[in-house]
Amino acid sequence: MTSDRTFFLARKDMLGIVLLAILLAVILPLALDGFRLQMVGKYLTYAFVALGLVLCWGHAGILSLGQGIFFGLGGYCMAMYLKLEASSIENTKIQSTPGIPDFMDWNQLTELPFFWRPFHSLGFTLLAIIAVPSLFAAIIGFAMFKRRVSGVYFSIITQAIASILTILIIGQQGYTGGINGITDLRTLQGWDIRTDAAKTILYFVCVGLLLASILLAYFVKSSKLGRILVAMRDKEDRVRFSGYDVANFKVFVFCLAAAVSAVGGAMFTLQVGFMSPSFVGTVPSIEMVIYCAVGGRLSLLGAVYGTLLVNAAKTSLSETFPELWLFGLGGLFIAVVLVFPNGLAGLYETYVSPRLGRFFGGRGKAAPAGTRAPAIAE
Amino acid sequence: MNAQPNTPMTRDFVLAVEGLTVSFDGFKAVDNLSFYVDENEIRVIIGPNGAGKTTVLDLICGRTKATDGSIRFKDRELTTMKEHEIVRAGVGRKFQNPSIYEDLTVFENLEISYPKGRSVFGALMFRRDSAVKERVRNIAETIFLADHLDQRAEYLSHGQKQWLEIGMLLIQDPELLMLDEPVAGMSVSERRKTAELLNTIIKDRSVIVIEHDMKFVEDIAHKVTVLHQGKVLSEGSMAKVQADPKVIEVYLGH
Repeated sequence: MTSDRTFFLARKDMLGIVLLAILLAVILPLALDGFRLQMVGKYLTYAFVALGLVLCWGHAGILSLGQGIFFGLGGYCMAMYLKLEASSIENTKIQSTPGIPDFMDWNQLTELPFFWRPFHSLGFTLLAIIAVPSLFAAIIGFAMFKRRVSGVYFSIITQAIASILTILIIGQQGYTGGINGITDLRTLQGWDIRTDAAKTILYFVCVGLLLASILLAYFVKSSKLGRILVAMRDKEDRVRFSGYDVANFKVFVFCLAAAVSAVGGAMFTLQVGFMSPSFVGTVPSIEMVIYCAVGGRLSLLGAVYGTLLVNAAKTSLSETFPELWLFGLGGLFIAVVLVFPNGLAGLYETYVSPRLGRFFGGRGKAAPAGTRAPAIAE
Repeated sequence: MNAQPNTPMTRDFVLAVEGLTVSFDGFKAVDNLSFYVDENEIRVIIGPNGAGKTTVLDLICGRTKATDGSIRFKDRELTTMKEHEIVRAGVGRKFQNPSIYEDLTVFENLEISYPKGRSVFGALMFRRDSAVKERVRNIAETIFLADHLDQRAEYLSHGQKQWLEIGMLLIQDPELLMLDEPVAGMSVSERRKTAELLNTIIKDRSVIVIEHDMKFVEDIAHKVTVLHQGKVLSEGSMAKVQADPKVIEVYLGH
């Protein structure tokens, strides 16, 4: 190992992570009022998805247009727990069946469905937030990748699954809360999550989890597995004929992306206070791909900045010109594809980094489009 | 006498291909093909375009599934195994066009081919220890790329890419090495260096080479198999094959 690597991080990446941490944990909380900070917290939950997409799409070349599935599953797991806590017998004594969530009562359910029951336990819920989406991703992954479904076919199928899941959630109103989703969430183990103080704390939890996810992603990226993913994207057959079971690696990275997205979903539920099918379907899934593309699909940190910038633009634009936003988003995506295919990270690597490097005595050499840390033969 | 003269399994063949057939929509690309490769033998397969040479390699390495027949490698049936299992059993294959990872460095290309950490978890926990570095460097020297370890593979010349892929196979140390036109598209000097390279790497392993360059074939072949329309047209030493009137008619004559 050369001296400019500590454990698995190149010095440049380490610096990037520290700067991001300072921005998210110090600068933004000091600079923004509570309401704006909560919005940033919400955007950051999408950054988890974008982060997963960098690994899955950018590095492994698997474009999933259904990451909302996993964001949603994580969010729904969290929401189910919170909803059960909010539906205690004394809170719901006016219902015909007290002790079950209000929407179930409205839909003439008289007892809690079996799959809701384990969500009384916080431990189970935390486990389920990771396990349910990962398992679902593993099932999709094995079914697709073992049959060598790839490329655009895989993308279309993930999109179809996102659609199906949305329809299922909306259709099964009594079990899922339907189109409104699961709303009116109040406390986590008795701690009121609706107060400003709680929301600030949750913001920092979200930042912490995001940074942890970034570190995990860097670890995977810098391992041999990370290089195998890139190799697979390039020459899948060569990897196969080097003795690797390619499908297993694809399933792994797809599951990892799903698990990370699900953490984002759960943090969304906690911070925003509800979860609904509008975060599961095809539109949010594609929007999240755009965040990743704008940030740079090869750059883990770029994905976070991309998510923040697109969402900031979305909020300010849709506050001023609500009808123009969708055109703006579409135009942005076209611009990314045509003009700067490696996103903001690519622009940074091409234009900013070399200049910074010169400024600081030529230490930061420009790597082409931020593909990977410099290799080591020493 | 042996009751089954047609099954020469009394000898220790590394590879025994028997009755191999594959048909694509009724077209038999390989038709009831049988041949045997000895230990440490260099077998060259020649034949006109469309004779089924590459298909035979595809069948052996599992890329194409056989319609009928068997391929036994050290007494293991390959036709039912998956590609990566065949590789792990000791069969390495070089593709016709250089198949390397352009986005990775030469070092990383070789490292990925190093036969360790091939499971998901193994790859995640793989450490680049001194044994790996040592081996990569040795191989890089063999394939004339020792000075290019940190270079991205896409910037290598065509000949260097071919060598890199050969190196990626060497690092796996396969018992059977299959090379599909290893000198195609190379300059004269690259060709000479490749012949030299092949002569050093074929020690202690069996090799199947597909090649059109007759000069090159003469230099390296122990035995030549001539394929025509998916069948063996002739087999034997280079001299014997070259003298065979059938071979002259369909292949060497023009």
